[in-house]
Amino acid sequence: MPERGSATPGWMLTSSGAVLPSGLAGRGRRESVIQRTLQGLSRLLQESIFSERVAARLGLLQGTDPRVKTVGLLGLLIVAALVEHLYILVGLYVVTLILAGASRISLAFFIKRVWLFIPIFAGIIVIPSLFNVFRAGDPLWTIWDFGGEVTLGPWSLGASLAITKQGLEGAVLLIMRVAVSVSLAVLLALTTRWSDLLKALRVFFLPRVFILILSMTYRYIFLLLGLASDMFTARASRMVGPSSPADDRRFAATSMGSLLGKSHTMSDEIYAAMVSRGYNGEPMSSHDFRMRGADWALLAVAALISAAALGSDRLLG
Amino acid sequence: MHIPDGYLSPQTAGGLWALMVPAWYTAGYKVKKTLDSRQAPLVAIGAAFTFVIMMFNIPLPGGTSGHAVGGTLVAIVLGPWAAVIALTVALAIQAVFFGDGGILALGANCFNIAFALPLTGYYVYRLLSMKAPLQSKRRWLAAGIGGWAGINVAAFLTAVELGLQGDLFLAADGSALYSPYGLSQTVPAMMIAHLTVVGLLEGGVTALVVAYLQRTNRDLLGNYTGKAAAGWEGFRLKPLIVGLVLLLIFAPLGLLATGTAWGEWSADELNDRVGFVPAGFERLSGLWSGILPDYAFPGQASEGFWASVPGYLVSGAFGLLIVGGSVWLVLKLITRWSAKGRAEHHA
Repeated sequence: MPERGSATPGWMLTSSGAVLPSGLAGRGRRESVIQRTLQGLSRLLQESIFSERVAARLGLLQGTDPRVKTVGLLGLLIVAALVEHLYILVGLYVVTLILAGASRISLAFFIKRVWLFIPIFAGIIVIPSLFNVFRAGDPLWTIWDFGGEVTLGPWSLGASLAITKQGLEGAVLLIMRVAVSVSLAVLLALTTRWSDLLKALRVFFLPRVFILILSMTYRYIFLLLGLASDMFTARASRMVGPSSPADDRRFAATSMGSLLGKSHTMSDEIYAAMVSRGYNGEPMSSHDFRMRGADWALLAVAALISAAALGSDRLLG
Repeated sequence: MHIPDGYLSPQTAGGLWALMVPAWYTAGYKVKKTLDSRQAPLVAIGAAFTFVIMMFNIPLPGGTSGHAVGGTLVAIVLGPWAAVIALTVALAIQAVFFGDGGILALGANCFNIAFALPLTGYYVYRLLSMKAPLQSKRRWLAAGIGGWAGINVAAFLTAVELGLQGDLFLAADGSALYSPYGLSQTVPAMMIAHLTVVGLLEGGVTALVVAYLQRTNRDLLGNYTGKAAAGWEGFRLKPLIVGLVLLLIFAPLGLLATGTAWGEWSADELNDRVGFVPAGFERLSGLWSGILPDYAFPGQASEGFWASVPGYLVSGAFGLLIVGGSVWLVLKLITRWSAKGRAEHHA
């Protein structure tokens, strides 16, 4: 929400249980789905406003030409996907930490933002692959010796249960690769205003109308979020007791349906408004980016880091 | 279902981006044709709607809750091709701003969720609800089955993409470079969950919303079929062909990414012949092959990058021919089918 973000009153952004008295939230055992949805909606709003604030700080990446930033970070993202050695990924991770520091993002916040949820989730789903049951390999640590081949119907479990060297290497590599990729994406999202990013996308020869759709979508997401949140608040405030899951399902579906109807009507009105302002199907955009010396320098540094990472990956074999 | 970055090899991710280019091109053409200049606001609001309803918590039996995608629903109301663009936009915003799904993996996520899902869902719905009046029970049943089918096709494709990583992209010692599970593990794991719980959730929500629209906003349901301007007049094949040819030429560059294989090869070869690898040679040979793969200049040896290019081009051309031919056939059938449907509609 680029323009009016800071105008949102603080109480709308706190996800206190005030909307539903505690007794109503599923007999106090767990939150109702309505409350959970409301919390999700307000968290999203909070996050995007926070991003806009970080993007407004005076830091290294904030001051960089959005085109350089997009191309540079995308290049590093591709490098992070190509390399095959853990050390190089760790090196790239250090680069993202340095970039975050130079862009006045608190490191504690940055690390928390990156690692909480996606890399930790990756860590959980790779757990089975550590064991020789799921992925054959050299045993590193035998947990349980069956004392003979064990079969379970058509599947053979082998003669022992062990954590393998291959499993561990693959797991650590995946988690680190995910963490580096998420770090680069978070850097781009946190230090770039949405409107600037959209203009920078023209570098990639995206059709203008696609960029227009992207920018309109982003704007109307917040309007629809508001509508949805109103519907859920209204529902929550009319409830005098816990509702059954079937009721909740029906409510979710009817609010989707009514939101769909509202959106459709709204798109008609928006189109009429656009036409009356002279829109003829061909969107216009202005370019006001100018490359400075520092931008070229940063682009060169990004190219150098990419070349060094790929080169040393080859060197390590 | 959104694949984050790091799980897919650049080869797979890049290939799926390439597959999406003709899909987006076709979608852009169809949308422009059916919606004219209204396309921008309608598709944008459709994308925003998809984004928002993906955040709705829906209670599942057993006390947990999940999210629906709503791709089939959007396809029923806006038409399948407008849904392709709307879902693409929603996925792009999720990936860049909210870290939901990777940026390099966006091509793959779009292929599964923004392309395969709405098209499957829509055509299943259309097939099952053919000629049924707007208020008929068959409509919401068809929508529910369409939603279930769409999400399952998307889940299957996701499972295949992830499973290929565990089967094909391994380091020399057999450890996985990307997602560690093979096809025999990813496909059952994904499909058991999606054929049952997730699929039922998606299908159930789609059916409930369509039933609600039947009661309150029936025009919205008849919106797309009413003005479906099928047909391909003015569809320019040239940009598509140029794109495919460029793809064919540049695709071998992807082979460069498997560079370590040659490094390993020359060291192994040496080991076989001499019986040992001189210290430091392994490193140097890796560097050498990365910078200038000179032992494989055309005509000199049968292994290596440059020697493999002609074979690659031939097999690539063959593959394009097969894919192109089958796409042409499918489009032909759809065009004939919808032309017939229109004729019956007018009659």
